[in-house]
Amino acid sequence: MTGLQTVRIAGKALMRNKLRSFLTALGIIIGVGAVIAMVAIGDGAKAMVEQSYAAMGSNLLVVMSGTTTAGGAHGGFGTMPTLTWDDLAAIQREVPTIQYAAPQLRTTAQIITEEQNWTTSVTGTTADYFMVRNWPMASGTTFGPSDIDGATKVVVMGQTVVDKLFGPNADAVGQMVRIRNIPFQVVGVLARKGQSPMGQDYDDNVFIPSTTYMTKIQGGLKKYLQGTIMASARSADATAKAQRQITSLLRERHNLPKGADDDFSIRNLAEMASAQQEGTKTLTTLLASIAAVSLLVGGVGIMNIMLVSVTERTREIGLRMAVGARRFDILTQFLVEALTLSIAGGIVGVALGLAIGQQLSSRFGWPLLIRPQIIGIAVGFSAVVGIGFGLYPARKASRLDPIEALRFE
Amino acid sequence: MGDEAPTIVELEGVTKVYKLGDVEVHALRGVTLSVKRGEFVAVMGSSGSGKSTLMNILGCLDKPTAGEFRLDGQAVSRLGSDGLARIRNKTLGFVFQSFNLLSRTTALENVELPLLYADVPAAERHTRARESLERVGLGERIHHHPNQMSGGQQQRVAIARALVTRPKVILADEPTGNLDSETSIEVMTLFQDLWSAGITILLVTHEPDIAGFAGRVISMKDGRVQVDRRQQPEDARQALARAVAEREREQAAEAHAPGAP
Repeated sequence: MTGLQTVRIAGKALMRNKLRSFLTALGIIIGVGAVIAMVAIGDGAKAMVEQSYAAMGSNLLVVMSGTTTAGGAHGGFGTMPTLTWDDLAAIQREVPTIQYAAPQLRTTAQIITEEQNWTTSVTGTTADYFMVRNWPMASGTTFGPSDIDGATKVVVMGQTVVDKLFGPNADAVGQMVRIRNIPFQVVGVLARKGQSPMGQDYDDNVFIPSTTYMTKIQGGLKKYLQGTIMASARSADATAKAQRQITSLLRERHNLPKGADDDFSIRNLAEMASAQQEGTKTLTTLLASIAAVSLLVGGVGIMNIMLVSVTERTREIGLRMAVGARRFDILTQFLVEALTLSIAGGIVGVALGLAIGQQLSSRFGWPLLIRPQIIGIAVGFSAVVGIGFGLYPARKASRLDPIEALRFE
Repeated sequence: MGDEAPTIVELEGVTKVYKLGDVEVHALRGVTLSVKRGEFVAVMGSSGSGKSTLMNILGCLDKPTAGEFRLDGQAVSRLGSDGLARIRNKTLGFVFQSFNLLSRTTALENVELPLLYADVPAAERHTRARESLERVGLGERIHHHPNQMSGGQQQRVAIARALVTRPKVILADEPTGNLDSETSIEVMTLFQDLWSAGITILLVTHEPDIAGFAGRVISMKDGRVQVDRRQQPEDARQALARAVAEREREQAAEAHAPGAP
């Protein structure tokens, strides 16, 4: 008998019992649907994490100054200024794997317009900062070299600050605001960036030239960079190398003897991101495993129904044998029936899973990510389930004694 | 049938022993039998006489414990299960007491079934199944399902199914057991037609009337052939005419009987 005939016979047998066939396939439909939906959710969550880390900046390295030690109590990184402006210049100049490096001097200050006021984070930096953070402008311009050199009183605002001070969707460029009572002109507004992985609002920030920050806001020591250095490596693969290069450069510049602790620290955001991605990956695997269990239960359902079907159709099996069906013909007929149920269930399950994934991703605002190989694996796995759980009933059918089978009531 | 016809069924000292727990049941105790091509043999016997076991062995559904069985020149006792399936498909046609038609399946598809296992292409399957149904007088009902047919019609579908592979031997196991007497005779006319077309027929029955339509009667008792005799078969058509006339007379008598509703 040809394969096509076997499939047609199996199809006819299944169509004779439509409701039962559907209910049997339902187990597989739910199992495959759950796997697809769970993996889609997991992948969506992973993409969300990736997106939020990408929003922090591409291939970001954060260089922080050292610790104070007072009476044996260590103060934590950033408590003692050890990074100098010359260090920053050296990083920019001498580390080949670094594309951009910018200072980040930060305080909290009240910003005042004629009608409104808003207390927010004020950052002193250079134009490179926006390159490091991958942060395009929505309108206006960023500050140029002349603003840095001349310590001009210009400010670039985040969207949240614009919303608070001027109202939603207002055009802030050209407006005057006062920061710590010093008048600044708004020259640019940044595109909306959203939240950090820790839930901070990136857009609740304003930026002024680093020189202006030092002279007007900070005061005090001018040699040391009283903040952090934000740097971006040329590629994701280069972040670790860049970290090593900056470390050796700074150790050399700070004249640290061999064996002494660093008087600075470097955080590699790419590493943090991959750690968090590992977390979501584990979650995805967990969810998919639970879903796979339901697929297995669906397989048991197929076995159950196939066993009932073999018993019910004992006479049919006997007759088929009497008119010339070989044991192999009977085996394949029942196996193909199980396989048809499971593959049909698998295909419907994929559709169901995609629909669920679509619903959930639009509800949570995640991107819908469907890896084609997951669909292949799910359908393939359901076929394996069909064969695995169909084999026993099919063998049972093929081993019936035709005489007994024909006599079966 | 003349003696020059070749032997198609040959049993030599065939025994069959079943084990039921610790008890050995000797269903056949040495049956030697030969049937020539074109014979119509009725096998009779009470239950437990071994006639069903004999039929199963003749039908290649079961193998003898000892002895030789040759069918159409082939030593069946030495074949494996696939070989037996092939013989059942090519050489034999089965007719059962309970018809054994697939429900929710048209007459045509039922008749096609053996051809599926003979690797006959679809178009030829249809043609042959249709021809076979026409031969048993059901050309108009090829798309009917078994549950839309009378018992006699269902048995005729089953006979068409047995014929469709152009078998050399038809094995009929109590084919009239589930039919009323008039329909039984109708079915027997069909068997006599096949007989005159040269098909060898082996029919198991416990009704002497039915055995009367065959050309040879074998009686089984205690696993042995007790009687093996040739006879002048009764003509089924004449018997049918008599039966119909009888029924009509009775119906007429009932209709005219006083006090009838």
